[in-house]
Amino acid sequence: MRNDFGTRKPDEPKRKTLRFPVPVIDPIAGTRGPSAFRLPHSRTYFLAAPVVALLLWAVVYPNLSVIIESFSDGARAWKEFFASPADREAVVSTLIVSVGSVIAATLIGVPLAFLLARFEFRGRRTLSAIATLPAALPPLVGVVAFMFLYGESGIVTRVVQRALGLERAPWSLTGLWAIIFVHAYTMYVYVFLFVTAGLERIDTTLDEAAEGLGASRRMRLRRVTLPLLTPSIAGAMLLVFMSALGSFSAPYVFGGGIRVLSTQIVASKLNGNLGLAYAETAVLALAAVAGLVTLRQFERRRSYAMAGKGRQTRAVVASPVVRALLPFLAFVAVAILLLPHAMVVLVSFARDGAWTTQVLPPEYTLDNFRRMATDPALWVPIRNSVSMALIATAANVVICFVAAYLIVLRRFPGRRLLELLVALPWAIPATAIAIGLASTFNRNDPLTLRVLLVGTFWILPLAYFVRGIPLVAAAVEGSLKQMDPSLEDAAHGLGASWLMAVRRVILPAARPGLIAGALLAAVTAVGEFVASIVLYTHANRPIAVEILAQLRNLAFGTAAAYSVLLIGLVLTITLVARWTEGRLARGRVAVGA
Amino acid sequence: MTAAALSLEGVTRRFGGPGGTRAVDALTLDVQRGELLALIGASGSGKTTTLRIIAGHETPDEGRVLLDGRDITGLPPRQRGFGMVFQHYALFPHMTVGENVAFGLEARGVSKHERRERAERALANVGLGGAGPRQVQSLSGGEQQRVALARALIIEPKVLLLDEPLSNLDPTLRRTTRDELRAMLHRLGVTAVFVTHDQEDAFAVADRIALLERGRLLQVGRPEELYDRPATRSVAEFIGRATLVPARVDGDRAVVTIGGRSREIGATVASSAARSDTAHAVLRPDALEMVEVPGPGDWPGTIVERRFAGALLAYRVKLADDLEVEVHTTERGREIGDSVGVRVAREPVAIV
Repeated sequence: MRNDFGTRKPDEPKRKTLRFPVPVIDPIAGTRGPSAFRLPHSRTYFLAAPVVALLLWAVVYPNLSVIIESFSDGARAWKEFFASPADREAVVSTLIVSVGSVIAATLIGVPLAFLLARFEFRGRRTLSAIATLPAALPPLVGVVAFMFLYGESGIVTRVVQRALGLERAPWSLTGLWAIIFVHAYTMYVYVFLFVTAGLERIDTTLDEAAEGLGASRRMRLRRVTLPLLTPSIAGAMLLVFMSALGSFSAPYVFGGGIRVLSTQIVASKLNGNLGLAYAETAVLALAAVAGLVTLRQFERRRSYAMAGKGRQTRAVVASPVVRALLPFLAFVAVAILLLPHAMVVLVSFARDGAWTTQVLPPEYTLDNFRRMATDPALWVPIRNSVSMALIATAANVVICFVAAYLIVLRRFPGRRLLELLVALPWAIPATAIAIGLASTFNRNDPLTLRVLLVGTFWILPLAYFVRGIPLVAAAVEGSLKQMDPSLEDAAHGLGASWLMAVRRVILPAARPGLIAGALLAAVTAVGEFVASIVLYTHANRPIAVEILAQLRNLAFGTAAAYSVLLIGLVLTITLVARWTEGRLARGRVAVGA
Repeated sequence: MTAAALSLEGVTRRFGGPGGTRAVDALTLDVQRGELLALIGASGSGKTTTLRIIAGHETPDEGRVLLDGRDITGLPPRQRGFGMVFQHYALFPHMTVGENVAFGLEARGVSKHERRERAERALANVGLGGAGPRQVQSLSGGEQQRVALARALIIEPKVLLLDEPLSNLDPTLRRTTRDELRAMLHRLGVTAVFVTHDQEDAFAVADRIALLERGRLLQVGRPEELYDRPATRSVAEFIGRATLVPARVDGDRAVVTIGGRSREIGATVASSAARSDTAHAVLRPDALEMVEVPGPGDWPGTIVERRFAGALLAYRVKLADDLEVEVHTTERGREIGDSVGVRVAREPVAIV
């Protein structure tokens, strides 16, 4: 699966449903098989050198530095890490959360993908349109919404409590189960998308061939469909595992007494035990990179599902009971998926401090939004988030276009290295990236290439830029791979200069990926929380950090209003990207095919 | 007439709801036992849809499909017991060659041991003995085609269906494969329907050919029948090369006039042309010959194109009335610009 927009074949009709951008890239799509060998060109090195240097400086150096610094005091930090019961607990909890999230996400994602891809029922379109919605919630906003819904004083909790006439809340949204619950909601989307894409890619004549040879539905599922889907499912499971491994927001807010590695890192840093924080970061980052390497191993095995055309037909469910039940279940699923968004919107109109023991907030007001526009202190985070996201995304677009061009269309020694460098920030948890930046950009020292950025405005745009690299690069790579590589040669053969070929042939081919990738990067940056919480200063605090501060002050209404604003920003960015893409696409004929 | 093994009765399939385009339009067709029937037609003529209806992968909106007189219209594919060879072969990529071939037996609950034995025999039958443990991806296109055939044949299908079975093979392999295919299917006595857009393939393999156009059956018959006695102008234009020249029909004779010179020739008149004022003679390149000096019975013309085609030379000759005909001959001595006379060498000529 490429990401869900932009990189479709030019002749495919555009889907009308507005899908929110989901920050998922396909780590497997990042590599490709052998292609025509081209001699390295001096221009290739001229382009590659600065990009590789920048990546080494902003991605590799900080993370290596963390590992090196963890040994700065001999093995003390590591001894402490292995001796600390808290860290042992954190490692175990991280594993439990990750495995639990994988199981929960798979149990939801796989059946849902099958249901929506293979069956026709009332409500299918609606359900299918919003099935990816959870992953579009900025990480902290999802967590906040869950608190409003299922927390001890949440609406659902109180409704159940009243209905059953209980003294106390029937459950508390803390601990391992709470984290896994939130993860299941947001991360099933990865499984759903991978399996849906896998199902679409399976040549339907394989199923017909099996049917014609006498295989029952069950046998076809067992012997044909599932084996062909295995790489997709396994890839998605690993993806969920890695996301859960580095997840910060849910454990941070709902952890209760539970420690996981990502929160433990931040705690160690706040306690001033930097050595220990570095050791913990190294463990987390290395585990994640190991995950990335494993994920890449699936590449070869998944390629075979790609052959042939397929006419996907959706069957009507045979059992009348299930058929009658399905629309109802679809409605319930839609409600569950939409509740968090609806909840945030509702609470954004609640007067701060008025909502105490009631099921629903008792008083509603527009004040929360009015104050955001008029109170300069409340306006600053919005301005910060938008400007920092714009800066980071603009840099992503330029650097990632060059990187993707080199990776897809050039052959030179070091290409694989560039490919890996570009994918690396995707695997490394945001907490680890932030710690790496914090440990390298904390003083001026030209000899070791250090620049003082920590404590300045620029550290957050840099962090967002690093996190955006793999998103934009993967999208552009996806677009460029659909271009026939000989088009560039054809342009040169017709007398076009290199710049003209880039402008008239390569840029148009890369455009859908550039727009999709920029959208993804901008959306991720504008709601970024995990790296921000480590690196922000009061002056450049972004929206997500401000939401947390408002929650701490029990200003639920203001926190929710910020969340609504974030969702609105995500929606606006999505619409602008769609509009731009549509306008540009109408202007010219698609290149490639 | 013997009882047909497979019959289509008024089969219609619309796409895009009622009132949508008819991919297959009131098609009635019989396939005899042991017969190789080719469905040919341009793309979009409905031949693949017809095949899918026979296989059960599509359900007709109207009409019936009969097997040995039994209505199987609503029967799911897996209960039909037909074998199918798909255009891209649809070999299961995650299984070995042997597992692919044995799949139909697995579905029928045949023991593992017997499966392996029979698969090995089926592979030997298509010239791939010992290929069982190999990976599908390691096979060449021609080998994959034969594996697909072995997989379809192992279930001893009541009808074998082939969708463009030769289209993915290179031309040389294609010629040898189609000869082998015909020989093998005849040896096994399989009833087979195969779809192709290539009339040469159809001529080489089929006992009978059904020509479709926009979902309708234009003509069904032996290859020579379609070539020598096309039922309509469309058939004459689709099958083989021909120049159509206006003709006046008079019983089993026809008069063809070019540049004021009329010739009377023996004719087989299609029923559609018998009462039509716009009858045309189908002048086939192999039914014409050239003479150096046009006699009184010949049409004079000039050679405008000369094309070497191996056994034959193809000349295009420009006659009067801006009419060009093609003449196939073994004579090699003529050049572009030569003046020649053209005459009908083989009668009767088809009139459509």
